[in-house]
Amino acid sequence: MAAPRRIAFTLNGRSVTAEVMPHHSLVEMLQTQFGLTGARESCGQGLCGCCTVLVDGKPVSGCLHLAVFVDGAELVTIEHLGGPQGLDPVQEAFIEAGAFQCGYCTPGFVLMTKALLAHNPEPDDEQIKDYLAGNLCRCAAYPEIVEAVRLAARTSKAAPSVARA
Amino acid sequence: MSDALTPGAQVGRSVPRLEAKAKVSGRAEYTHVMRLPGMLQAKIVRSTVPHGEIESIDVSAARAMPGVYGVYTGEDVKTVIPDPYYGPAFHDQPILALGKVHYIGEPVAAVLAEDPHVAEAAAQSVVVSYRELPAVFDEMEAAEDNVVVHDQLKPATTFADLKHLKGRRNTNCALDFKLRRGNAEKGFASAADVFEHTFRTQKVLHLSLEPLVSIADATPDHVTLHTSSQGPSFVRTEIARLLGLPENRVRVKVPYLGGGYGAKLYIKMEALAVALSLLARKPVKVALTIDEVFYTITKHPSTFRIKTGVDKDGRIIARKCDVWWNGGAYADIGPRVTQKSGFTASGPYDIENVSIDSYAMYTNLPPAGALRGFGIPQLVWAYESHTDMVARALGRDPLDFRKQNLLRTGRPHATGTVMKDVAIEAVLDRIAARLDWSKPFMRGEGVLRRGRGLAVGLKAVIAPTTSVAILNISGDGSCTVYCGTIDMGQGSDTAMAQIAGEVLNIPAERIRVVPRDTDVTPYDMGTLGSRSLFHMGHAVRLAAEDAKAKIAALAREVGEPEGSNIPLRELFVKKYGMQAGNIVGTAAYKPDYAPPDPATGQTPNATPFWMAAGAGVEIEVDTETGHIKILRLINVADVGRAINPKIVETQLSGAALMQLGFTLFEKMHLEGGQVVNASMADYKIPGIHDVPPMLNETVENTQSNGPFGAKGAGEVGTFGVSPAIANAIEDAVGVRLTELPLTPEAVLRAIRASQGRPLEDA
Repeated sequence: MAAPRRIAFTLNGRSVTAEVMPHHSLVEMLQTQFGLTGARESCGQGLCGCCTVLVDGKPVSGCLHLAVFVDGAELVTIEHLGGPQGLDPVQEAFIEAGAFQCGYCTPGFVLMTKALLAHNPEPDDEQIKDYLAGNLCRCAAYPEIVEAVRLAARTSKAAPSVARA
Repeated sequence: MSDALTPGAQVGRSVPRLEAKAKVSGRAEYTHVMRLPGMLQAKIVRSTVPHGEIESIDVSAARAMPGVYGVYTGEDVKTVIPDPYYGPAFHDQPILALGKVHYIGEPVAAVLAEDPHVAEAAAQSVVVSYRELPAVFDEMEAAEDNVVVHDQLKPATTFADLKHLKGRRNTNCALDFKLRRGNAEKGFASAADVFEHTFRTQKVLHLSLEPLVSIADATPDHVTLHTSSQGPSFVRTEIARLLGLPENRVRVKVPYLGGGYGAKLYIKMEALAVALSLLARKPVKVALTIDEVFYTITKHPSTFRIKTGVDKDGRIIARKCDVWWNGGAYADIGPRVTQKSGFTASGPYDIENVSIDSYAMYTNLPPAGALRGFGIPQLVWAYESHTDMVARALGRDPLDFRKQNLLRTGRPHATGTVMKDVAIEAVLDRIAARLDWSKPFMRGEGVLRRGRGLAVGLKAVIAPTTSVAILNISGDGSCTVYCGTIDMGQGSDTAMAQIAGEVLNIPAERIRVVPRDTDVTPYDMGTLGSRSLFHMGHAVRLAAEDAKAKIAALAREVGEPEGSNIPLRELFVKKYGMQAGNIVGTAAYKPDYAPPDPATGQTPNATPFWMAAGAGVEIEVDTETGHIKILRLINVADVGRAINPKIVETQLSGAALMQLGFTLFEKMHLEGGQVVNASMADYKIPGIHDVPPMLNETVENTQSNGPFGAKGAGEVGTFGVSPAIANAIEDAVGVRLTELPLTPEAVLRAIRASQGRPLEDA
């Protein structure tokens, strides 16, 4: 068997290290070594987006992205959004629009929305749908999700994100 | 108590889900990401043949792998559970295969290791040899009994009306349900026109994004299960039965579910997790991958032969329905689907002579169970396609023909039960109004042709079932609800809090609904079939009424004047001298019901309530490619009075979109019993680009015996979608599809065949 490797990276604003095997995925490392369960493996093929994590500001599928790849990177997971003073405007928008049912896929959609609004603060509906096309919601709360992104775009402009990423 | 929330008027308010913050923060708890100290992970070795005798299982290579804790087979399971067969309707499913396997993908052995990667690698090295037996996959072939899946039937004792099947041999038919009203044959003989068609549905599955998962921590005299289940009470009963323990020695804990849709009902991975935990004497997690779910539980494929006789005035005077349900290798809840949905197979029409035969068939395929509608979507697909075909053949407007024959309030259903509190006609009228049915319609020209279609369906809630609730008021006046209804995304926690709040004059947001734990939450039959809001809603309402009466009694006891509005906390202080004590309200709810006559299916009270819903669509068909574009999808339902209108709308929309996937593209492809597209790469579910322009509405209605006039809303959005689209295809291009899904290939083949230039077979 291959030997474990020690990696160092920034996780939700803190410097951390981890011992990982070359085959360990990012989701596996976050769940087993850091107790972060907001990124969840579902399809296991990078098709559903339930495992979305922001790596250096870019959304990646944590079920396919190997843990060793994040050595030196800056990671943001769903747990980092908002703070003691309240939720992130994107999270607030998802609640306001009723943009989820079971909630299993929701962290992925929220992080994708963060990433979308970071580079396109005023997306139109087609841009929203194109950007979120890689995330699946079996409860099919898609109409409400589009509404949530629209709402988040409006409120994010007024009140910038409380996340530091 | 100083926030802006106003008490009273909780029902009818779109309260955001109580768990909303936890869900958007990634903090909501799900079993699939849960870990226990010292836990082992299981990986399953699955059958590679559809039907065969197990000749040998060689686990030596797997056992020798570093990091492997143990490898277990069905024979090992028998050492801890001597009779290891489980199931809600039949005790037919072994925890791990014993002697024989009955479908490709059936669990044969399990490997345990701390590291799931080690367990998976070891599972690959288990060698099983089989003596293959002939297999049967199609429900119609299964009905001929040339190949028999099980040697004899083993009904469970759970349902009294299955007892007569015990010990039946040489049959694949797990249940044959009959309904007879009037005399269908005489009706056909006197009819001016008779029409007969056959419709089929494909094998699809739930694919909740949280796959099936159970974690067991078991000792011989106590079991704790953490499980993603829609029915912890049943899990507890069944595990207790398997182990010969009293129910109080089995604790089943269920956090939020990452989707259910019927997949997580009754008992799934729980028995295997318990058996492995007993064998290993450590906590064991059985967490399926999405790919494995394709081999675990699916929706019933079906064949429905329907025959209708119409008199010279266009009245339907006779209808004969023969429905075969492909239940796969283990019965799961198939026999219940066969009966409890089967009796509505003649549709929402007022017909004097009805004959229904509904057959639960065993085949050598992965098992089928309940999926958002408990069989109703398969039935509506057939009877509403057929009704449209009959209308068109008679030269009648499909809406007008339906309205002429509709089953109206006060008239007897095919079961003999008189219809009450169901707004079928209002649903149909609203769909027609939204489609501007009476106005001219632009049909397109050239390659792109337009059409429109509508369909309505009827469902009876499953009966009789029971729910129990407890409501606890603490010394500070705060309120906690204990109920077994599982919040799997349908918003039940929020609805139950609204109902309790309505009775007690407390804002729903302030009420706590505790996570499900059978040590704490009382009995509930299960979160299924759109029954919870009605049954548990009543139990919670009655428990709140009980608490309210006890509050009034306490006020009297401490000398408060009648009608005093003393804060609850002060009431407790007056009684106990400090902030202390509880008021506990409790109630059980079981509605009235009369079982059907076994020979005729007739009963004066088939169900506590009826659900009605339908869909209307406008579509555009590309006649060169067969592609369908949904221009508008209108979903209308009678949900009684909506407890939470926003959540109801999301349920309607979500159910309709799920059914849209089952209608247009979802299909498990099977070759010789092997699922060949068992992954989300090869099995597409609706994504954000598949959402058509949509309108979701409810009609004004009150369910007179419902809690605050409400009834179930989780499934109804599925009913009309499939036939409405098939009806619109015929309207657009004059071809009729009778088998789901309605893929571009199927549409194009039908168009080309109708033009006399059929496409070659692929």
